[in-house]
Formats: sequence, structure tokens, C-alpha cells
Amino acid sequence: MAVRAQFEGNNEVGVFSKLTNSYCLVAIGGSENFYSIFEGELSEVVPVVHTSIAGCRIIGRMCVGNRHGLLVPNSTTDQEMQQMRNSLPDSVKIQRIEERLSALGNVIACNDYVALVHPDLDRETEEILADVLKVEVFRQTMADNVLVGSYCAISNQGALVHPRTSVEDQDELSSLLQVPLVAGTVNRGSDIIGGGMVVNDWCAFCGLDTTSTELSVIESVFKLGDSQPSKVTTEMRDTLIESMT
Amino acid sequence: MEYMVGESGTTQGRILCCQCGIAIESNPANMCVSCIRTQVDITEGIPKQGVIYFCKNCERYLQPPESWVVCTLESRELLSLCLKKLKGLNKVNLVDAGFIWTEPHSKRLKVKLTIQKEVLGGTVLQQVFVVEFMVHYQMCSDCHRVEAKDFWKACVQVRQKTTHKKTFFYLEQLILKHRAHTSTVNIKAHHDGLDFYYEGKQDARKLVEFLQTVVPCRYQTSQRLISHDTHNNTYNYKTTYSVEIVPICKDNIVCLPPKLAQSLGNIGQICLCQRVSNLIHIIDPTSLQIADVTAPVYWRTPFNSLCELKNLTEYIVLQIEPIAMKDMRHQKGQGAKSYKHILADVWVARSQDLGINDAQFHTRTHLGHLLNPGDTVLGFDFLNANVNDQNFDKVKAERLPDVILVKKSYDKQKRKLRRNWKLRQMSKHSDALDDDKMERDYSEFLEDLEDDPEYRQHVNIYMDRNKSIPVESSDDDDAPKISLQEMLEDLNISEDATGDVEQLTKCISTQVRQGCLGFLS
Repeated sequence: MAVRAQFEGNNEVGVFSKLTNSYCLVAIGGSENFYSIFEGELSEVVPVVHTSIAGCRIIGRMCVGNRHGLLVPNSTTDQEMQQMRNSLPDSVKIQRIEERLSALGNVIACNDYVALVHPDLDRETEEILADVLKVEVFRQTMADNVLVGSYCAISNQGALVHPRTSVEDQDELSSLLQVPLVAGTVNRGSDIIGGGMVVNDWCAFCGLDTTSTELSVIESVFKLGDSQPSKVTTEMRDTLIESMT
Repeated sequence: MEYMVGESGTTQGRILCCQCGIAIESNPANMCVSCIRTQVDITEGIPKQGVIYFCKNCERYLQPPESWVVCTLESRELLSLCLKKLKGLNKVNLVDAGFIWTEPHSKRLKVKLTIQKEVLGGTVLQQVFVVEFMVHYQMCSDCHRVEAKDFWKACVQVRQKTTHKKTFFYLEQLILKHRAHTSTVNIKAHHDGLDFYYEGKQDARKLVEFLQTVVPCRYQTSQRLISHDTHNNTYNYKTTYSVEIVPICKDNIVCLPPKLAQSLGNIGQICLCQRVSNLIHIIDPTSLQIADVTAPVYWRTPFNSLCELKNLTEYIVLQIEPIAMKDMRHQKGQGAKSYKHILADVWVARSQDLGINDAQFHTRTHLGHLLNPGDTVLGFDFLNANVNDQNFDKVKAERLPDVILVKKSYDKQKRKLRRNWKLRQMSKHSDALDDDKMERDYSEFLEDLEDDPEYRQHVNIYMDRNKSIPVESSDDDDAPKISLQEMLEDLNISEDATGDVEQLTKCISTQVRQGCLGFLS
């Protein structure tokens, strides 16, 4: 299911939230509208947590995480660490990283198995990534942009990459990630995909400006929603066959 | 840090247009062209209609704020005028502009514009659109003044108290040659002169100054208050310059006042006016003494002409004896003498007396170089003339010659036939004048031009191609002619020479003249 949302009039929902398969972080806003949208979709499955990182609301760009863990920059306060620790499931490891490129969300994109990172990232960070998030790490660029986290969105089902990514690069990325991959846009033609949307295996949130075409691309590549053609052949097949007999 | 190591052989992936879902190559807006078109209008802020103003009378277009320009339809000037009308063109990149043909009577101008503009972060859109202009009539201020009969601010009245118009014909040629008439709004002929009307006082002053350099004259100024504004102390005047040209013309016999005659090198009182330039050139026919009278000197001690050309009598030369320079008597304090003339003793008889009586008159003449026995010559008969002149009355009778020969006469008809040149003429607004008299004056003026090379040196003479020159007749007439070198080729574009065409003509004619001279030399 892909949902449109807006954080205080801003369409860049990926900046103000972090969504994984086991938890969701949401920035502390002036109103609860943004939080409510996440809460409404996710509350029954995963915890939706209000937090800030280093006093900032741009938590989606500051941290990186997946089902296994959450990495936050060194500037995160103890209090914030404590609050996250208390709210997140115990299976999720939280760790501070001492990294020069402290906007971790911009320089790292990951799902539960693979992470694409900025080519200049510390080797130490790379090791921590592999340890905590339990991922394979690849240094990559996204259509000649080094900020791979900003320009793509990855889930275990699929990936949406920068619209300028060439066919060769798409093939390479697809073979690294082992998921289907498509070039596209969010927020009515914006190429900052990581900033414009968050996604996990069953749900996606994107900016209010996102057009229906973009939404359908997102739903089909991340295999969200019920109207997938594959659904007919897999889940509905048994029911159909049953009713026909 | 450079990570841009993109291989040259990469293929650009296709994405879906975020609006309509069509597969497109990625662009900065990530939209297909038609969707961008629906989103943004690059012609926004550029008016699609406009109005331009046109003056029906003078066929000019208003170029804001207040100048009026002549443009033909679909001309470059008109296009620039139309484009200046369009606001907001500076915000886009104008690639092309042109007219779409419209019916001239429709009073519509259609301009097709192609513009480019950068939209949505780097996409450059190009669009072609048409702007329609309506041509509205508006009378320009110049025409408005003409319609209101309020078109002149200054007037130059040129007057000469003579019975003929030859001076004005000469002036006309000078004005044409020097293009002194270009800013006149109207020229009117009156019975003893011309009126030149101007829009500004400066233009009128310029003409007056020009006249002062070419003819001896004096002028007076007068102003008439049309309106005034007491609040800001502005006054609206009509100015009139009254220019009076000296009434002495070429071939007039004058009687100088004794004092003036004395101051001009003791010249004889009875003199002949040879020529009038900006000075009056006089010659004493009995001694060949010459003198120049300037306009101020003339107006201080004015003198009148004793006779006109029509008062002259025709004589036949019977005998002529030139007098050598060395034999001439030299008086004390005598001024310069002419070396172009030859003094001669001449015996003449009236042509009307031939065969009736044998009356012969002896006189001295300055025309010794022209006259031969048997020639006809025009002279003034002092014996029978009734002259009414103050100065003349005081001259002692024994000092008066019987006859003064003025000019050699030729067959007028033959000269007219042989004349293979013409002059340009100004368009004048003349009241009903005596046409016969005008024509006679004009042909006399043309003869004067033929007679005197110095007189015609300030006049543009044009070749007359239409005139078929008759075959040289057997009796060789020695009447003076104007040589081909002095003539200019006439382009004959405009009948009256009040236009810019004249400058072109002038420029070409000088080339022709040079070429002609080169050919002859």
C-alpha cells in the first residue's frame, strides 16, 4: 500500500521519517497529522516512534537502519539514544557511528541484505554496517551522484532509482541488490527519491505531490497493494480453483 | 573529487512521464513535452494582441513615446516597432519573428514569434505563437497642426521691388542647390516676392542667414503674440522675417549718388550693373572701371535703376574701334579696371531707323570684345528716355552719353530651340500671376545663365534628354551656350526637387560630371 503524506507542508517525507520492516521513526512535528498517517498504517505491526536525532527533525537523512539495527551519527544525544532504545524492539541494535559523512541517510541506502554506500565512506563504518545491519556493503554511485541514499529507495522487494540511471547501471545495481529495479521519480518529477519517499516490504509513504503514475510505478516495483498481477497467479489461484471445482 | 567516470557507451534509460505515464527519456522536469506544455505557458506575460497607431494623412506609424516613422508593410522597421510594443519579451529568448500576410485593408498585422524559455530547472521549451496587432488611426501632431492651419511658427518674406522675377528664379536655384528649403512647410509666391513658412524660428533664421550670404539684402523681424501662459511665463509667438533684396539687377543702368561714386574710386555716376552676387558688381562702360557695392553701403546710400531690360532699344553696330589699355586716360584716384572687357569706340544706329534716316550715335562701350560691325545690341537711349531719378537729374547733360550699350542681343527663338538643358524647380503655391510675364522672365533668366559663366557657377544645370537638338544650322549663330561639362545628368525621380532624392541625384551627377571631364580630357 502506498500512501501520500506531507510533513508540515513539505513533500519530502523521506527526510522526516525512517521506515524499516521492524520499526518506524517519525520526526517530532508541530502537529500530529504526519505521525497519524504512519500510525494509521503501521501501528498494528511495528512501533512508530517519535524522535529527533541530535536535536534535528531531519531524522530520515541522519540515520540508516533495517530490520536488524539502526545506526545514528555521533552527534545523537544520550537522551535520544535512551528514548529510541526504550521504544524499539529488543532485536534491533542501535549504534552510534563516528563518521565524517554524518548524514548517514544520504550516503547509505540499504534493505535487509544489501547496502549501497558513498564511495568515500570510512572502512570502519563499512564494517559496522556489515556487523550491525547484517548487510553486504557495495560502494556505488547513483547516476553519477555519490549520495546514493538520497537518490534511491530500496526494499527487499524492489528498488526505485534516479531517473537518469543508464540501463547498464540499472542492470549492475539490480544484480547487486538481487531485486527488480526501475528508474523513476516521486513528487511530480523530483529525482530525489530517497528524500521524497520511504518504503518497507509492505508499505510506502511518499509526498503529497506524487502523481498517480508515480504511485503506480512505486506500487508495482515494490510489490505493494492488492492489485498486483502476480497476486492472481499466487494467492488468489487456490481460491479460484476451489470455486471452479 | 570526481566520480564522473561515465562510459561513453551508456544508454539512457527511459522513465515514465510523471503526469501521463508515457515512456520518455529523463529530463530535468521528468515530464513529457506535452505535459510540460500543459503545466507552464512560456508565452505567459506576453500580450497576444496589441494596438499600433497609424496616421492616415502622412502614412506614418507612431513610435512611442512621440516620434512617427515611415514603414512599409512587412518591413523590418515595422517589425521592430511591433516587437517594441510587446512587454515581457525580455524575459524569454526570441528566436525568430516574422509577419504573416494579412489583407492590407484589414488593419491587422500578424506577427509570428518563436521564443525559447527555460522552465522547471533546466528544460528549454520552444514555442511558436502569433500576436495580432490592430492598426488604429491617430492623426500625428504634424498633420494635426496642418489640419488646424497652425503649421507655421515662422515666416520669411522675401521681397524685391522690381518688375521682373529673375532674382527669384536665381534664388530658387541657389536654394535648391544648397538644400536650404528642406525644412520649409510651405512656399508661397506673391506678386513681388516669395514667402517661406517654417515650423520653427531657427529654420527661418537659417534661411535668412543663407539669403544674406547669396544676395545683398536687409531684414526686419516682427513677432505676433499668439498665446501666453502667465503661470510659467511662456509665450507663443509667430515670427516674421521681412527680407528686402536690393532692387538692382543684372543689366540695370544705375545712377550713383555723387558721394558714393567718389568713394568707389571716383567711378562715373552712370554705371551698369554687371551682376548681383552677395555684392552688386558695377562697371562704368565708358572707362571700364569696376566697383562692388555691399548691401550695407547700398542701404546707406540707396540708388535706383534707371531702366529695365524692356526699356532698352535695339541698335545695329556700324563701326567699332577698340581702345588699347595703354591709350586709356587714367584719372587720379581711379579704382580697379576690368580686364575681361575691352573698351571700344562704337558707332551705332537704331534698328528701327534703318532705311528711314541716317542717324548715327557715337558712344564708348565695354563690349568691345563681343561686338562686330553688323551685330545687334541692346542699349539705353538717353536722348529719348524720360528718366525719373533724383541723382540722374543732378548729372550735367554734357557728361551724359547718347547711348549706353548694355548687352549684345541674339535671336531669342533660335536660342530657345537650341537649349538642351533645364533647371529644377521648387513646388510653390502661387496665386494667379501673369503667366506670360513669368514665362518671359524665366526665359530671360535662362539667357542670362547662358551669357554669364560666373552667374551660373552656383546653379545646378541638368541635361535635357527629351529635347532633340536641331541640326546645326548653316548661319553659325555665335550666341553663348552652356557646355556639356557644366551640365549634370538628371535622374528625374521627383518632379519637384523637394525630397531626399535630390541628394542622391547630386551625388550621382557629380560622378557623371567627373566621368565626363575625364572623357573629355
